[in-house]
Amino acid sequence: MSVQTTSQPSPRPDWLWHAGLIAFVVVWWLVYRQLIPFSELVTSLFPVERHSHTGEAIAFFFYDVPKVMMLLTLIVFAMGVVRSYFSPERTRAMLAGKREGLGNVMAAGLGVMTPFCSCSAVPLFIGLVSAGVPLGVTFSFLIAAPMVNEVALALLFGLVGWKVAMTYFAFGISIAVVAGWVIGKLKLEGWLQDWVRDIHSGATAPDAVDDAPLTLVDRYHLGIEAVREIFGRVWMWIILGIGMGALIHGYVPEDLMVRIMGAEAWWSVPAAVLIGIPMYTNAAGVIPIVEALLGKGAALGTVLAFMMAVIALSLPEMIILKQVLTLRLIGVFIGVVGSGILAVGYLFNFLF
Amino acid sequence: MEIKVLGPGCAKCKATADLINRVAAETEKSVTVVKVEDMREIVGFGVMTTPAVVVGGKVVHKGSVPTHDQVVAWLG
Repeated sequence: MSVQTTSQPSPRPDWLWHAGLIAFVVVWWLVYRQLIPFSELVTSLFPVERHSHTGEAIAFFFYDVPKVMMLLTLIVFAMGVVRSYFSPERTRAMLAGKREGLGNVMAAGLGVMTPFCSCSAVPLFIGLVSAGVPLGVTFSFLIAAPMVNEVALALLFGLVGWKVAMTYFAFGISIAVVAGWVIGKLKLEGWLQDWVRDIHSGATAPDAVDDAPLTLVDRYHLGIEAVREIFGRVWMWIILGIGMGALIHGYVPEDLMVRIMGAEAWWSVPAAVLIGIPMYTNAAGVIPIVEALLGKGAALGTVLAFMMAVIALSLPEMIILKQVLTLRLIGVFIGVVGSGILAVGYLFNFLF
Repeated sequence: MEIKVLGPGCAKCKATADLINRVAAETEKSVTVVKVEDMREIVGFGVMTTPAVVVGGKVVHKGSVPTHDQVVAWLG
């Protein structure tokens, strides 16, 4: 987010921006409704039988790619605008001095709303801890931020359905709250890296830079910027994820999937978590796989556990966090969050 | 004049430093761009998002690659 707003006055009047936005949403909706005929048309251009394995895979691919791209554009833009009302500095001010419990709930909620990029994880972590935000509350924020984000929710909503999206949202927040609370109770402040502990005990937060107020059109610009940036980062993962999903959709036999990822196989949940942790992709890459696995009869709890492990516990993020956390603390972090994911997975397979 | 770019060596931090150098060349200002990658030093400026830009010891921008116009304004 920029400190200074663009100094030049916008060459176009504001009403044109608002009208343009409405027109875009209308066109978006009309195109979105034509995606099935579009994918069937493209599939019919290939010299394969429509209901063969290859035909199914091709149709899945050409239906999902435009669908995911369109959903992402709309949701990322909307969230970019909403997020311009939040900033890490404001989040810090809201969380500083909050007690554990309520603080954990607020931190998890703010984790969803605050703009976050894993490359800023360390300064953000230190910014929070040094301002007197309790360690457990900081963790609630750090767990929720990558796991429950607009990309994950939009894609689950579009590809799998609103029930799964809502359940994912509720359990993602719950894990962030509970895991942060547990880490807070364990009193592990001594397990931070030494230099971070010094800043912590110093307890003087550096002054935040003041943000100039933004106009609505400025916020549109930030939304467009967010779309450009997210697409630049994730389009490869989306294509790869949908490609994987298409292969699963076309070729993996259903009875095999039910046997290894069905609710009857008790070991499938821990296996899904263990496989998920070292895997590195993001929500955009993993959800098409989730869609295909569910379509083949994999159990919902097992698949959600896999997805959460992939997104919330990633190796590159651990390596970044190693700068501020000792290995022991990272171990506790993985253990606590992993247990939460495991519990959610079993609970789901039991309930549904 | 000296401009510091704060950031742990991510792609956007590099883009920010490159942009400042390019604008300096265009406007024929003599500018030294110093990249600060040490996390302690970055945190010392009180920023929570990177890349951030420091001009004359003051944080003027944080969290994104600045626009061309912003850089022109800093170079004054």
